[in-house]
Amino acid sequence: MAGPEANVTAGPDSDGRAPMQGGINLAEVVKESAIAAGIAGLLSLPLLGLHAANVGAQLLLRTRWELFFAAVAVVFVGRFVLALFRDRRKRPSHGPSAFDRTLHVIHERMLVIGIVALVAAVILPFTEWGGDRYIIYTATTFLIYVMLGWGLNIVVGLAGLLDLGYVAFYAVGAYCYALIATHFGWSFWVVLPLSGLFAAFFGVILGFPVLRLRGDYLAIVTLGFGEIVRVILINWYDVTNGPDGIIGIPRITFFGIEFRRGEGTFADLFGLDFSALHVMVFLYFVILVLAVITNLFTQRMRKLPTGRAWEALREDEIACRSLGINPTNVKLSAFALGAMFGGFAGSFFSVRAGFISPESFTFIESAIILAIVVLGGMGSQLGVVIAAAFVVVMPEVFRQFEQYRMLMFGGAMVLIMVWRPRGLLAFRSPTILMHPKDGKKTIVLKKEGA
Amino acid sequence: MLAYFLQQLINGLTLGSIYGLIAIGYTMVYGIIGMINFAHGEIFMIGAFVSVIAFLVLGALDITFIPLALLVVLLAAMVFTAAWGWTVERLAYRPLRGSFRLAPLISAIGMSIALQNFVQISQGARVKPIQPVIQGGVVLFTGDEGFTVVMSYLQIFIIILTVVLMAVFTWIITRTSLGRQQRACEQDRMMAGLVGVNVDRTISLTFVMGAVLAAVAGLMVTLQYGVVDFYIGFLAGMKAFTAAVLGGIGSLPGAMLGGILIGLIEAFWSAYFTIEYKDVAVFGVLVLVLIFRPTGLLGRPEVEKV
Repeated sequence: MAGPEANVTAGPDSDGRAPMQGGINLAEVVKESAIAAGIAGLLSLPLLGLHAANVGAQLLLRTRWELFFAAVAVVFVGRFVLALFRDRRKRPSHGPSAFDRTLHVIHERMLVIGIVALVAAVILPFTEWGGDRYIIYTATTFLIYVMLGWGLNIVVGLAGLLDLGYVAFYAVGAYCYALIATHFGWSFWVVLPLSGLFAAFFGVILGFPVLRLRGDYLAIVTLGFGEIVRVILINWYDVTNGPDGIIGIPRITFFGIEFRRGEGTFADLFGLDFSALHVMVFLYFVILVLAVITNLFTQRMRKLPTGRAWEALREDEIACRSLGINPTNVKLSAFALGAMFGGFAGSFFSVRAGFISPESFTFIESAIILAIVVLGGMGSQLGVVIAAAFVVVMPEVFRQFEQYRMLMFGGAMVLIMVWRPRGLLAFRSPTILMHPKDGKKTIVLKKEGA
Repeated sequence: MLAYFLQQLINGLTLGSIYGLIAIGYTMVYGIIGMINFAHGEIFMIGAFVSVIAFLVLGALDITFIPLALLVVLLAAMVFTAAWGWTVERLAYRPLRGSFRLAPLISAIGMSIALQNFVQISQGARVKPIQPVIQGGVVLFTGDEGFTVVMSYLQIFIIILTVVLMAVFTWIITRTSLGRQQRACEQDRMMAGLVGVNVDRTISLTFVMGAVLAAVAGLMVTLQYGVVDFYIGFLAGMKAFTAAVLGGIGSLPGAMLGGILIGLIEAFWSAYFTIEYKDVAVFGVLVLVLIFRPTGLLGRPEVEKV
């Protein structure tokens, strides 16, 4: 298989256009736009121009020519404008772009940014926004995704294993708490570590046969595994209650002290007036702590031999093998640890929601978590936070466009990949260097695909 | 029991032909650029929608001669779906060629989500039912327990069409200039480019060919099940990819073989065990194959070099 060198492939430019130098050939641009518009017409004729409308039990053909012509016109104009400005874009740039320089600055001050963000996160509930249930709720959701992103980052970002079924481990964690708590009445604090272990165990079982193989197979098998877990959750009625899910999952306690009205509860003990907000703020802090643990754990792992081996494997498996690293075991450890954090997040999810069903664990959820990791920039902890904010906050802001949410999400994934194939904050600094300059990490700016 | 078995065999073969046709799209793309074209299932779904709409158009034009109608729908589905396949490659994959390994895959997942939602918004989320187009069948024989083995005309149509398409594609790959170029690109893209193969064009045509086959599969599914919705691409795509891996990814006969095996497994599992867990069975088989024969049934072992 041709590797990265393939982008130097010779051969005529497939569009048959000459590179623009200086002036713009208007006729050429118009022709190009017309071709693009023609293709857009071909694409949108059956799906936009015509509509198979459900009328009762019948299908009726409706036409929507205005939509069809609008699509063609938009493509024509868009392509035209793009072609006009293309020569500007093609000007050879000297050195890293402004965006890359900003990234460089961000990366140098990573520790400061991290601490500021953490302090902001801690004081959020005590500011005036803290009184707003909606904000606390959204912030908690956001932190769940951050934690999932950091967990998956171990697998995808550090070890370079593509896991398309991460949500399965999330589901295992969630059902683990839900089932144990409803059947045996164990406390969340007891089940939390258990669900992590359980998810890690699943990770080992799944990973063991597959991790010996090339990466692409792993992608498809994890995808299949995610589906299998969902199918089992739907069909194993006796245990999981099928598509109806599990209701009445016991709520979280303040290490044994319940959040209710009355004697001996959290509010009573701390001399506060009972408020439903207490439990929400407490949940917020729980997930914050869990997420920070995930982060610190990852940072620490990167300095340990196993973590170094993960990154080395991602870069070159053959070299690792010749250095005596056992790729299967190393991959397995990354896979299992990633799964463990997924399990933690899952049991948190079920204790927060109080209700879970297989609906919450579809492939799209896996895709969203993966998108968080990859869009943010593989291996970048800060990137995960930014991407998670994007994924969680954007739909909240654009609530009135609910219908178009996933369409825009998918489109954004493509655009970001095309623009920055390694993700927004992609920044590949090796964790260690052989010859560090003045004892600090050196960061080399590398342009993608150059 | 023999009769029941035979009936399932026929059903499995039909289903397997459909999976096989989709699987070829995966395997060709994987062979040539080494990526999983995640949006291929969505291309198949678009093929099914185009078929439904083409049938409606023909209905509105009062064309009732079935062979003509089928031919027109087949061509329409092929042309429009091929345009989608080409565009997906041009927009989402070509800019990422030679880039970081996971990038095209993520882009493909994004494309898949976008296409699915595009169709959902533009055509509505409800299932689209159509009238059966090809009806009737031949009774092959009646078993001892009074179970009749029926092969519907539709199943005959599907199997014959698959065989014809396979023959045409084998001819294209092995005998034509395009096929030679494709095989050259598969072996070494840079070298192929240096000896004058238009690599971009060849890759685009590979996507177009994959989309054409997916469109045919879409038409077959529309005819066979009579309902289409925007979500069918996901599961079908996943099974077809499983089929491609099972047969040995990169191998065309392997994809077909894998598709037929997946179809048979599904049919027999549904008939003799539980229908709910048929997808689990399919993936179970995939995992077993990967453990014991990682290159798939007909795949060549790949030697990793530094």
